[in-house]
Amino acid sequence: MKGIIFDIKKYAIHDGPGIRTTVFLKGCPLHCWWCHNPEGQSLEKEIFYNPEKCLDDCTDCIAACPYQAITKDNTGIAINKNKCKLSGECAEACPTTALKVIGRRISADELLKEIEKDQIFYKNSKGGVTFSGGEPLVQVEFLDSALERCCRQDIHTVVDTCGYTSFENFEKIMDKVDLFLYDLKMMDEEKHIETTGASNQLILDNLKKLGKSGKKINIRIPLIPEVNDSNENAQKTARFLRSIPGINIINLLPYHKAGNQKYLNLKRKTKNIQPVPEIKIKNLQKIYEKFGFSVKIGG
Amino acid sequence: MNNRIKKLREQSVNTKPFISTERALLLTQFYKSPKAKKVSIPVKRALAFKYILENKKININEGELIVGERGPSPRATPTYPEINTHSLKDLDILNSRKKTSYSVSPEVKTLYKKEIIPFWRGQSIRERIFNEVSEQWKDAYEAGVFTEFMEQRAPGHTVLDDKIYKKGFVDFKNDIQKSLGQLDLLNDPEAFYKKQELRAMAIAADGLMILAKRYSEKAKKMAKKETDKQRKKELQKISEICSHVPAHAPRNFWEALQHYWFVHLGVITELNGWDSFNPGRLDQHLYPFYKKQIDEKSLTKEDAKELLEAFWIKFNNQPAPPKVGVTAEESGTYTDFALINIGGVKTDGTDGVNELSYLILDVIEEMRILQPSSMVQISKKGPDSFLNKALKIIKTGFGQPSVFNTDVIIQELLRQGKSIEDARDGGASGCVETGAFGKENYTLTGYFNMPKVLEITLNNGFDPRTGKKIGLETGDPSDFTDFQELVNAFGKQLKHFIDIKIEGNNIIERLYAEYIPAPFLSILISDCIKNGKDYHEGGARYNTTYIQGVGLGTMTDCMTSLKYNVFDKKIISMKKLLQALRNNFKQQENLRQRLINKTPKYGNDDDYADENLKIIFDIYYQAVNGRPNTKGGQYRINLLPTTVHIYFGRVTGATPNGRKASAPLSEGISPTQGADIQGPTAVLKSASKIDHAKTGGTLLNQKFNPQLFDDEGIDKLMQLIRSYFSMDAHHIQINVVSADTLRRAQINPEEYKNLIVRVAGYSDYFCDLNEELQNEIISRTEQAKV
Repeated sequence: MKGIIFDIKKYAIHDGPGIRTTVFLKGCPLHCWWCHNPEGQSLEKEIFYNPEKCLDDCTDCIAACPYQAITKDNTGIAINKNKCKLSGECAEACPTTALKVIGRRISADELLKEIEKDQIFYKNSKGGVTFSGGEPLVQVEFLDSALERCCRQDIHTVVDTCGYTSFENFEKIMDKVDLFLYDLKMMDEEKHIETTGASNQLILDNLKKLGKSGKKINIRIPLIPEVNDSNENAQKTARFLRSIPGINIINLLPYHKAGNQKYLNLKRKTKNIQPVPEIKIKNLQKIYEKFGFSVKIGG
Repeated sequence: MNNRIKKLREQSVNTKPFISTERALLLTQFYKSPKAKKVSIPVKRALAFKYILENKKININEGELIVGERGPSPRATPTYPEINTHSLKDLDILNSRKKTSYSVSPEVKTLYKKEIIPFWRGQSIRERIFNEVSEQWKDAYEAGVFTEFMEQRAPGHTVLDDKIYKKGFVDFKNDIQKSLGQLDLLNDPEAFYKKQELRAMAIAADGLMILAKRYSEKAKKMAKKETDKQRKKELQKISEICSHVPAHAPRNFWEALQHYWFVHLGVITELNGWDSFNPGRLDQHLYPFYKKQIDEKSLTKEDAKELLEAFWIKFNNQPAPPKVGVTAEESGTYTDFALINIGGVKTDGTDGVNELSYLILDVIEEMRILQPSSMVQISKKGPDSFLNKALKIIKTGFGQPSVFNTDVIIQELLRQGKSIEDARDGGASGCVETGAFGKENYTLTGYFNMPKVLEITLNNGFDPRTGKKIGLETGDPSDFTDFQELVNAFGKQLKHFIDIKIEGNNIIERLYAEYIPAPFLSILISDCIKNGKDYHEGGARYNTTYIQGVGLGTMTDCMTSLKYNVFDKKIISMKKLLQALRNNFKQQENLRQRLINKTPKYGNDDDYADENLKIIFDIYYQAVNGRPNTKGGQYRINLLPTTVHIYFGRVTGATPNGRKASAPLSEGISPTQGADIQGPTAVLKSASKIDHAKTGGTLLNQKFNPQLFDDEGIDKLMQLIRSYFSMDAHHIQINVVSADTLRRAQINPEEYKNLIVRVAGYSDYFCDLNEELQNEIISRTEQAKV
């Protein structure tokens, strides 16, 4: 079977122990407005257009498109979404990568070949592979077969999840995962629905069950200004986490604007907000530490 | 760093290099003397050497602990008119050029006009070379197919082992005497030559001892006049040390450093050999002295550090001899490539890292100085703490130390036929060049422009830049029906130019052996004394000649592009592609972008591209490796560029990888600038696909953002390097400067005078680099951000 991924990043050093390869699976049940991998949200292929890379007098994409979906003016090209069938010929023809198809169908065997390339680095650094996204559990069958192949090769595995999936899915892959990176946004359910499009109940329940099952877990909390950077949320979260066994560390991941360009390239809107001030981050760190957690800022 | 060192360092860093005629004048005086006319050439060279050391100005600078300068004062740079007689125009260029200039006073010009030029014009080695080499050689040289190292500097490229710490020059003279006594005048046809050479060595030994004696007396006199009690004591001590070394083996740490320094001065006064000279495995050599004195409590760690720092400054006081023309292009820097080796293994194969290795790292970090350069040898037995500490210094961003794989250096040397002990005692010098220290003459003869050879192949033997036919007619590439035909044509063309280069080398090696023997250097390199033969005559135990391949990344991407776009995918015909190259992609930017972005590239762990890397490597290796040189040794390859990839790029037209005419080539074995987009693990995997053990050194440059160097980051970087080395790779150097900083430095050089960056196998002041090279380093750095 094939899955759909949108990136493979090598020498990933913030996604678990050692030197890792991170595989980004496409598709996510949440729609957090701060998401800095917006191209990972949809389960379908997408067209990514970066006008800065587009050559003035080049019309190769227009010529390549079998559906006459592309037009060009002095601001760059426009794609008529009604005509576009996402066939990808335009991106293939684009000489500069101004046009890219996001999303590549790949079999677990092909993916393994890519992952295996860096075995020597995993071995020396006690690293391995991290499945991230999107939400990797959206493609649980594909994820499972990729994990299974990793286990056969003795490659250390990490799954980075938002937790919003049925617990059966976790049960399916659990034995093949050495470490979970579990994202926890906020405790307030209403706000969670408002900002991510879904309730946090399932996420919290799954975390409890996962903890009980004896798996190792790193908690990752993105710090989004005015969404979840209050002391109150930190205290509630810490209290909740205290009841969960198996937590190694809490990673606080401050919001940054690195993803903004991607929104532009996807022709989507983004909010203009400032990152959480450093002093506030330190305060939040102290709160979690008071509850006995080891805390790291960054991945 | 204490105040004394701070002052000396500032003096060294802030004094602009200037041309001194002292050596040239003394040499000329001696060559004109009646005595010079009566003796053999080796004896003449030795007597000239002695005459210079007897008569040169000597000085002991304020606060100095290690004494002796090559010129009359720090940063004075002598000339070597017997090798290259600079014209008045050369002197003007040296004085006025934007980068790496040397001050030339009006007096210097007058002396050159009156004394030096009239005597040497016509008999310098440079002139002899250009008179002797073939027209074919000159055509290839002028086209930029290769450079010639020996046209302005003597073969040197060698490093010392531990012999001078066990012997003084009185002992060496005894060895020379013994060798003289064993000459077989009856049966050995070379006996007369050997006798001359050995006599020359003995005279050269006297020369160095005389120099030391003069320093001893000078220090004594100064001590008498000195009113400061502590300085008086120091001067008395210096006088005592200089009366003992280099005549006798050193007895303690201070003497060992001073002893080496005299030897160093001797080597760089005798000739302007490439890569100055170098103590090699300094931590190994000095450790016995250090350990003994620390145990006896006659030396503190602080004392040792101060002496080492004083020693470091002496290197920085001696800028590289002035280079002009193509030689300045290939090596545009003040640094003279003394590369201190620390770490590695001992002769018995056990881990060589000791307390002094760490102390020397402290010195490197504190000094932050251009010369000497430094490197760490990392063996699989070496502790992580050593590599970790080295990386913490690298993190501060001045390009030192570079990181080498001891285990592969040993493999390389063993493959070349060295004994296991000699291999373990070896290391890397210059930029990345492997050698059996103290026992090998390993001469680098010039850079070889592989992409230029491809350009000539694609033009059926013609150089499109000049329209001149300089190569073989290997066929019109538009008629080639498959990729293999192209590979064969390139292989033939490359072999043709390597043959031309080697023919030239055979002449040049003999010119040095005949006219410019080096009896002083010959004392130091085993087994010149035993063999009664000069260093240039094949006297050393091992004799290796190198031709340095350049542009492997560019070359691989070119072949991959031709294979992919012309033969496999048939995206463009050979004819049309060649047309585009001739037009430098004018109005074909989309084709050019396709070649850049939509074609597999070396450096991404992509076998499609990396297979071509192996093919190119093999063609180059087969053309060079194992061929005989004039010294009884063999040719080998190594892959490094210093700064020549800029010059070679300038003379090479547009290339099939989308590179525009005149843009720099890739350097060392690094991927084309900007072509590696899969991160460092992919680069290292790609680079390890060539067989490093079959080379005498490869150079890989990797840029990292400073952000990757937190404690955890350093740990991962360490594992990254260990992994690369476990794939049997030779070397990696790491630059950690942000592109923004570099851009600011380009705009305001005054504010960034101290900014040192890694160039290619060595570090240099960023502001001293020419603009093209600066831009190239900025673009490499930008890439690191991704």
